[in-house]
Amino acid sequence: MVSFACFSWFVYTHGDDNNKEGTPNQQVLAGWKVWQDNNCQSCHQLYGLGGYMGPDLTNVATQTGKGPSYMEPYIKYGTGRMPSFHLSDTDVHDLIGFLKWVDKSGQSKLSEGMNQQSGSF
Amino acid sequence: MLVTSLLCGLLSSFAFLYPEIFNKYIPFYQLRPFHVSAALFWIISAATAGVMHYKKEVLINSQMKKKHEKLFIVLWISTILIIFSCYALKIFGGREYWEFPPILSLPLLISWLVFMFSFYKPLFQSKEKKPLYVWMWATGIFFFLITFLEQNVWLIPWFRSSFIKEVTIQWKSNGSMVGAWNQIIYGTALYLMVLIGGDKKIAETKKAFFFYFLGFTNLMFNWGHHIYNVPNAGWIRNTAYIISMTELLFFVNIIMDFKSKLDEKRKFDHIIPYRFLIAAEFWVFANLTLALLISVPAINRYTHGTHITVAHAMGATIGINTMILLGSLGYILQVDQQSATKKRWINIGYWISQISLGIFWISLIFAGILKGYRSVKLNMDNFQEVMSPVMTVLKIFSLSGVFLAVGLGIIAINYIIMLNGKSKDNDINVP
Repeated sequence: MVSFACFSWFVYTHGDDNNKEGTPNQQVLAGWKVWQDNNCQSCHQLYGLGGYMGPDLTNVATQTGKGPSYMEPYIKYGTGRMPSFHLSDTDVHDLIGFLKWVDKSGQSKLSEGMNQQSGSF
Repeated sequence: MLVTSLLCGLLSSFAFLYPEIFNKYIPFYQLRPFHVSAALFWIISAATAGVMHYKKEVLINSQMKKKHEKLFIVLWISTILIIFSCYALKIFGGREYWEFPPILSLPLLISWLVFMFSFYKPLFQSKEKKPLYVWMWATGIFFFLITFLEQNVWLIPWFRSSFIKEVTIQWKSNGSMVGAWNQIIYGTALYLMVLIGGDKKIAETKKAFFFYFLGFTNLMFNWGHHIYNVPNAGWIRNTAYIISMTELLFFVNIIMDFKSKLDEKRKFDHIIPYRFLIAAEFWVFANLTLALLISVPAINRYTHGTHITVAHAMGATIGINTMILLGSLGYILQVDQQSATKKRWINIGYWISQISLGIFWISLIFAGILKGYRSVKLNMDNFQEVMSPVMTVLKIFSLSGVFLAVGLGIIAINYIIMLNGKSKDNDINVP
């Protein structure tokens, strides 16, 4: 129990020492709320975690051929598979802001060179 | 809850395949929370129902107040009904698997604290030596509280100061919570084996306690295998990898015990609850094999974010948890004393669900292999192109899901009929 408590403490305080994406601003937090209020995680993944109806969106903000101008019409109008959520322009931009912030945290896809002989990365 | 989970799971699988039709009425993003919440609440509710029933037999000479149990039941069930009403109105706000507005975590927490009081009070009052299953229940119930609280720390701004930290803690609590309810459920399985076999010693051996501590260690430390690809601290990944590999000992133990299990099966196979336990044993072996493989980071690189994860999750929740709980509920409802017709129907439901679960599980694994190969090995970027052949496999998955729902549904409906009969006789107190 003591080791569990200590381990948990270390996870909370040193689980992410890099924090590449920085502390979220108000727009990011608002976008995060839009993400949860509309249950985006049911269909999409961040770091491969979520539903499999749609693509992983971790790095959609900077993927070649994608980015904010690619994302906006999808979020606003939906597609054949994705319904329209009738989001306001503010919500759409906040959501894009959130995904741009997530993108800065790292890459979802792991490169082959990361494999070690032990089986770990 | 089980019936709701089956129906919503079926609808979800078809909504996944044919979203253009379902989006007009009830889209996938609305169906999925119904299904996963119903599945979670089925597992947790049935596990607690078992504990509430068995502790009357186990913790003798103790002062137990029924009003606490009734308060837990009323609060727990009414909160679940509110949660499902929110889903029906598309009111979300939570995170994956707990999509409901976070304020509803409060009544769930209060009801769990009431349940804990109703369990721990007689436990501490009882001075007798506690068999292993009581330890397992006590561990699972306590750690469910811890992980439930941890599930909700995201409401504190500090925990959201980093996306990686937030995801890491989310999956720390998710992973350990599964371990917590597994402790409760495996404790129930062990108690059932003591009752069926009539041998109390199986819950007192050093080997049994060793495996309890092994499971407990995995509960606390192996959760990182859910998030190998998240760029958090390397020691989280390495700890999870090492601890996860200790589950090889469970795997080896199952193989070594195989012959004695066969002898045991010959002796007890006529007992319906036992059949569910032996089915769970088989699915433990199958899912443990898969889990050990996907817990190797180099393999996980291909399987993470694919339907292999779904195969593991559903294989465990249906094949292991649900089978043990159906065995437990069958024991409480005295299924072996029911009419020959009812027993025959349960047997039919049992075999339909085993065979269809096999096809269900294998098709998910195959779908995952396809997706993983196309997206990682071939490095395909276009989601529609990656998923094109996978959708064909998922049609087989959905079809097997129909039969799985029928099989489990037959059992559930028969149990509900038995429960109504028992409630009228006031023989049992099951929520």
